[in-house]
Amino acid sequence: MTDTRDPRPLVRALNVSKHFHGVEVLKGIDLDVAPGEVVCLLGPSGSGKTTFLRCINQLETIDGGRIWVDDELLGLEEKNGRLLRLHDKRIAKQRREIGMVFQRFNLFPHKTAIANVMEAPVQVRGVDKATARAEGMALLERVGLGERSHHYPSQLSGGQQQRVAIARALAMKPKLMLFDEPTSALDPELVGEVLDVMRELADDGMTMIVVTHEIAFARDVADRVVFMDGGVEVESGPAREIIANPQHERTKSFLRRILAEQNESAVPQGGAAGPDGGEAAGQSAGAQAE
Amino acid sequence: MTKTPEGREDSAERPGAIDARPVRHPWQWVGVVVIAILAAMLINSFVTNSKWDWSFVWRVMEYRPVLEGLVKGTIICTVASMVVGIVLGILLAIMRLSTNPVLRFVSFVYIWFFRAVPRYVLLVVLGVGVLYLYPTLDFGVPFSKELGHFIGLDDGATFYTLDVKSISSGIIVGIIGLGLSEAAYMAEIARAGLLSVDTGQEEAASALGMSRGKAMRRIILPQAMRVIVPPTGNETIAMVKDTSLLSAVPVSTELFFQANAVANSTYLVMPALMAALIWYLVVCSVLMIGQTYLERYFGRGFGSQSSNSRQGAPGRLRQLAQLGGGGK
Ligand SMILES: Nc1ncnc2c1ncn2[C@@H]1O[C@H](COP(=O)(O)OP(=O)(O)O)[C@@H](O)[C@H]1O
Ligand SMILES: [Mg+2]
Repeated sequence: MTDTRDPRPLVRALNVSKHFHGVEVLKGIDLDVAPGEVVCLLGPSGSGKTTFLRCINQLETIDGGRIWVDDELLGLEEKNGRLLRLHDKRIAKQRREIGMVFQRFNLFPHKTAIANVMEAPVQVRGVDKATARAEGMALLERVGLGERSHHYPSQLSGGQQQRVAIARALAMKPKLMLFDEPTSALDPELVGEVLDVMRELADDGMTMIVVTHEIAFARDVADRVVFMDGGVEVESGPAREIIANPQHERTKSFLRRILAEQNESAVPQGGAAGPDGGEAAGQSAGAQAE
Repeated sequence: MTKTPEGREDSAERPGAIDARPVRHPWQWVGVVVIAILAAMLINSFVTNSKWDWSFVWRVMEYRPVLEGLVKGTIICTVASMVVGIVLGILLAIMRLSTNPVLRFVSFVYIWFFRAVPRYVLLVVLGVGVLYLYPTLDFGVPFSKELGHFIGLDDGATFYTLDVKSISSGIIVGIIGLGLSEAAYMAEIARAGLLSVDTGQEEAASALGMSRGKAMRRIILPQAMRVIVPPTGNETIAMVKDTSLLSAVPVSTELFFQANAVANSTYLVMPALMAALIWYLVVCSVLMIGQTYLERYFGRGFGSQSSNSRQGAPGRLRQLAQLGGGGK
């Protein structure tokens, strides 16, 4: 990659490859993410987006290439010219700097919202409970759930659960946030409230890598989109440009299909996702919006 | 049809409140009458047949050796062997689910062995065998005695020698035997519990930077408990009853043994046995109540419980948590 923007990216992935039982799922992915940048990963199901995010968070170990976050090599260290895998403890330490939001929320069901948010700061960072509670409440306020702090996840709607999950990840004060289709498991009318929180987070300067099928969100919030298919990057560039004017046939057909689907379900976003009516304007909505 | 916004008024074409006769179940009433007659006959026999001798039953229940047997042999042994069984069982379950094949195999063999051996036989073997094979237990560096012979040292590196005879008041052997056997069953229960927790939970915990041990203790086990507690309650109640096998070790401070002794010395066999039976009923009933509370505690946050019980529960749950009854 000839990236001239930032000489010191927060995330640098070089030639990352990963296979499951001999099937190559990632075939040499390169990605640089500058501090404060928001990158959206787009691509059809099975193209390896989730796997790539999980590799960045070391929920999967990569088979080839290297990933650095904040100049620290992930999962490996070099000693006397030999490459060694890091011990679980060091990996856990590296993960603390990276927040992850899952498609299926994965809140701790036996803990209330505030207990979910406090858990990691208290147990992992050793923050005292009073401080963690105060900071946790502030985070829940920030995602609009101050009133729901003592509810269990089962007593919250999907959108509320996902917002708690975002607050929980933020409680560790991560440098980088990873989102894996955070709105895919939600009822359509609940999508907007989660995207709003993410939009604010982006505005506050958080570095984010977001896997999503919400094309409008990618266009409006992301600085850059990367289109993946079959474990390789097909094309990437400024979000508006790529979405308005995709170069590759695979990107074009994917965008056409996604936009058609999203118009078909034609759900008004309840004003929550911002006042952009471009979404309802036909299949090449993205192109016409500019 | 005219639509009124309320639409509440009765009219010919708009039916109103339902006032219908409920379905009758005459055979249910026949059943109730038959059961009531049988119950009355039984109670009549309790009262009129002097051989039941209830006053003697009460006296046996309060008799010191019987009470001692109840507390030491039945209650303490149940608690202690369940503690051994649960802790060891959870360890075995974690080993069984480990990625290390040696740990998996060891756990498998353990479970295979202790599930195959009848408890009564195990207790007899332990009662005889421990004293016969290992009259003293040495605590020290493993194999130091064998190595010591080569170097010419007599005692190797033994720090502490335990005289087994002095502790084998039988009860310890009984607790170990019942606990080891219980662990095999608890391991299967705990394994089912651990497997019932969604893998996303461990991933969420690791994504937050938790170590595997911490994720297990704070996130996975508490959720597994919801699945583990009900069958563990059954195991505990079964254990109360299995303490009557302790006479195999032999242990004499045990409820059934003592009640039997009274029966044999007084020839009032039925009243003496009834005394033991009533005590078993009391202990098991108390345990069942405790189980209900534990299930509610570990079920918190899961939708399965009714909103009523959730609302009424917090005060009692907090008490329960303070008692340390939780999975801490
Ligand atoms: N744990 C796994 N074991 C085997 N195959 C997997 C595993 N995880 C993902 N895959 C495969 O890797 C490919 C990419 O999956 P994924 O990263 O989930 O794609 P996406 O998120 O883009 O839909 C798919 O073909 C999927 O079947
Ligand atoms: Mg995916």
